[in-house]
Amino acid sequence: MSREKQRGFRVVGTNATKVDGLSLVTGRPKFVADIDLADTLIVRLLTSPHAHARITAIDTSGAEAIPGVACVLAHTNTPTPRFTTAGQGYPEPSPYDTRLFDSKVRFVGDFVAAVAAESQEVAERAVRALRVSYEQLPAALSIDDALADGAPVIHDEPDAQGIYDALHNVAANVDIDVGDAASAFDACPVVVETTCETPYAQHTPIETHLVHSALDSDGRLVLRSSTQVPFHARRIVAHTLGLPLHRIRVIKPRVGGGFGTKQEILLESIAGLVTLRTGRPALLQLTRHEEFVSSRTRHPMRVRVKAGAEKDGTLRALEMEALSNTGAYGSHALTVLSNTGSKTLPLYNKASDVHFYGVALYTNLPVAGAYRGYGATQGYFPLETAMDQLAERVGLDPITVREKNHIRSGESSPIFEKLGEGREGVAFSIRSCELPRCIEIGRQRIAWDERRGRRNREGSWVHGLGMSIHMQGSGIPQIDMGAATVRMNEDGSCQLLVGATDIGTGSDTILSQIAAEVLGIPSSHVVVTSSDTDTTPFDVGAYASSTTYVSGMAVQRAAEKVRAQILDVAAGALQVGREALSLEAGRVVAADGRSASLAELCSRATHVVDQFQIEATASCVPEESPPPFLASFAEVAVDTETGFVKVVKYVAAVDCGVPINPKMAEGQVEGAIVNGIGYALTEHMLFSSRGRVRNPSLFDYKIPCAADVPDIDVVLVDSYEPTGPMGAKSVGEIAINAPIPTIANAIYDAVGVRLTTTPFTPERVLAAMRKASEAP
Amino acid sequence: MKIETTLNGCRRAVDIRPGETLLEMLRRLGMHGVKEGCGSGDCGACTVLLDGSAINACLAFAAKAHGHTVTTIEGLASGDTLHPVQQAFLDEGAIQCGYCTPGMVLSAVDFLRHHQRPTDDEIRRAIAGNLCRCTGYAKQVAAIRRASESEPREDA
Repeated sequence: MSREKQRGFRVVGTNATKVDGLSLVTGRPKFVADIDLADTLIVRLLTSPHAHARITAIDTSGAEAIPGVACVLAHTNTPTPRFTTAGQGYPEPSPYDTRLFDSKVRFVGDFVAAVAAESQEVAERAVRALRVSYEQLPAALSIDDALADGAPVIHDEPDAQGIYDALHNVAANVDIDVGDAASAFDACPVVVETTCETPYAQHTPIETHLVHSALDSDGRLVLRSSTQVPFHARRIVAHTLGLPLHRIRVIKPRVGGGFGTKQEILLESIAGLVTLRTGRPALLQLTRHEEFVSSRTRHPMRVRVKAGAEKDGTLRALEMEALSNTGAYGSHALTVLSNTGSKTLPLYNKASDVHFYGVALYTNLPVAGAYRGYGATQGYFPLETAMDQLAERVGLDPITVREKNHIRSGESSPIFEKLGEGREGVAFSIRSCELPRCIEIGRQRIAWDERRGRRNREGSWVHGLGMSIHMQGSGIPQIDMGAATVRMNEDGSCQLLVGATDIGTGSDTILSQIAAEVLGIPSSHVVVTSSDTDTTPFDVGAYASSTTYVSGMAVQRAAEKVRAQILDVAAGALQVGREALSLEAGRVVAADGRSASLAELCSRATHVVDQFQIEATASCVPEESPPPFLASFAEVAVDTETGFVKVVKYVAAVDCGVPINPKMAEGQVEGAIVNGIGYALTEHMLFSSRGRVRNPSLFDYKIPCAADVPDIDVVLVDSYEPTGPMGAKSVGEIAINAPIPTIANAIYDAVGVRLTTTPFTPERVLAAMRKASEAP
Repeated sequence: MKIETTLNGCRRAVDIRPGETLLEMLRRLGMHGVKEGCGSGDCGACTVLLDGSAINACLAFAAKAHGHTVTTIEGLASGDTLHPVQQAFLDEGAIQCGYCTPGMVLSAVDFLRHHQRPTDDEIRRAIAGNLCRCTGYAKQVAAIRRASESEPREDA
């Protein structure tokens, strides 16, 4: 059925060239720092050397005396309102526990002061001249430390708001029940249980966080920021600095990668304050070292999953307990924790009784924030490990157990309603789910039936196959809002203004394709302006897998309104009723064959008769969050002498609805899989006994390079989501969740050991194999 | 001090500061396609061609360009005609955020000078010094393969 629906598309479903591709591949100045910085002050930061300490004194006089120093900021001379750095829908479900600069530091890397100077050299010299006295406090450097009796209270400040239980370091708490899981487990003949741990890991966009601030000719603050959330940034800066919202403009130029870390408002207020104090432009960019120690990370978690089933493998009960480490501040503590359950447990809706609970704990370690996958990554590891354990216990193929239990089109899960993002969710049913076909395609492409369980050997290397299945969401229902403006030019081209924030995902391109599809013009006739709070309509920004589904629907609606206006103009021009007109290939055609080009009609409306601007704005607040689905398969080779794990082949079959631009959709999956392979095999932030990051560089923190990863075989399975723009769902996040459980299950198939802590380093694999061989 | 260099085909006399890196100098001269991702030679975003060979501009002193030819991404196309590697990156959808793209393209240009018909494994090793967090490398490898199959260029 879906193929017929798609058949009518001309622009949607094609690999339109990226609208900003030419400028990027020729290196034209597109990014925040690519402007003339001649008059710009350079801002450098002093960060805390201690995991937990009070600042007893800070002497800035030495720094201020250095020629060329324009401004020093510290807790002694800066605004004090507490806020959250999490750029989320307002009111944010996050604690207001952060200050621009505080009199207490809560992790190694916490901001202590900032210096603005005429050059980087002078700014760095001035930072070194700052004299700070600290009273060190006991620190909590793990989830267990934070939970312990008598643990230091990390947020003892009286003016924080929204912390669940500050005295016990609990930033957030979630506890939901569907049915009665405890009783249901008692009645289950088969129960499996596993606990998995995932460590601190980082996004590592190749462009670090940065912002340029300046005053415009009217004295308004203009922030050019590498951000995923320009509108949230404007609001949070206004709150922090006490400025009226309309005195701030946030412009998002090209962004050199985000992955969630640029959903945080880290630098904008500091640079903005420098500009307000000095009247000068200011540039603040984190060094790679600072990016590692002071920006944001994935939430480390310990997640336990218990699954109860009948002897035939049919699930009856699921329990998931998540302990999350939010680090020193509560940024995305509650919502990431919520998603650990809400984006995973509905996948197995045959389990009638479900209990999900957990806490997010403060520690004196770097701050966790939004990271692609957003809690689901941590939840799928134990969930998909447990499904393999269940399959083994009941003597079924891992695929069969999943096929028996996964959610299907027309079905729902009570968890959709019980558990939203920081509050109750929204009930809805699945309208598109091609997971069965995703599984079948993956099964064939990886040669599951021929190669799994064979333990094929090549020297010391043993091969194994693993799989896992996944869902995510498409935006946050009844919370996220995206808006778009479509405006026709007199030559029949159009301006598309969106608050949707292209951070490299290609959203400018796919949104132009949606507008072009509705208006019957080539996507090259759509000029996109994205993310400038002065000129584009509101959008929550690039997160929660929302842009295609939410912003895309706003674009479709705005374009449909404009199309109606064009038909009205044509009805006048051709002297026929509007219902007799159709718009195709750049012309409006009447039933009798007469026609007028879009250029003629738009010129007529602009210059000739009944003049008006053909233009419309539309918004979308989704009522549902249709999940994309993914079946993930990998073949790994494990070196039994060294424990080294190599991914030999990877297959990802995805149902993302209609892919607006298939190559870009594939690119989202490929990038997410490789990021996930990194988290599975090599990536973890290491800490000293005092809470200092031991590997804060791209040399010591190993992300995959091209030579590390296999070809990823991505299959976009034919699908159509009836509530989505042009049948589309999301695709940005889902695939990052897959590599950890897929590779873990493949390692088990190869060498018979279950790894429950990432990354699966050679040491860990070898130790697990030795332990298994020594076991009686 | 003053150096003389040929930058993207133009002879330039440039005043440089002691200790200034080639990356700093090039960006100061408006070559904003040269990106900084780490400042320590780990990510490859600042890759430029020095006498045709790819180097990390963050690790080279500006003085190293004295008497030599430097090509940045801005100097790669011939007028409106993109270099085959650039064109292939566009055609294969190998660009996401685009921050690593200039360095990746220039590494590929250097590599393809010496490798007429490389295997995918050779391509993967050739760009192993250019980190990309967006693409998963698949489309970049495909683009470089595609460029290798197009007509060779004299000036590459």
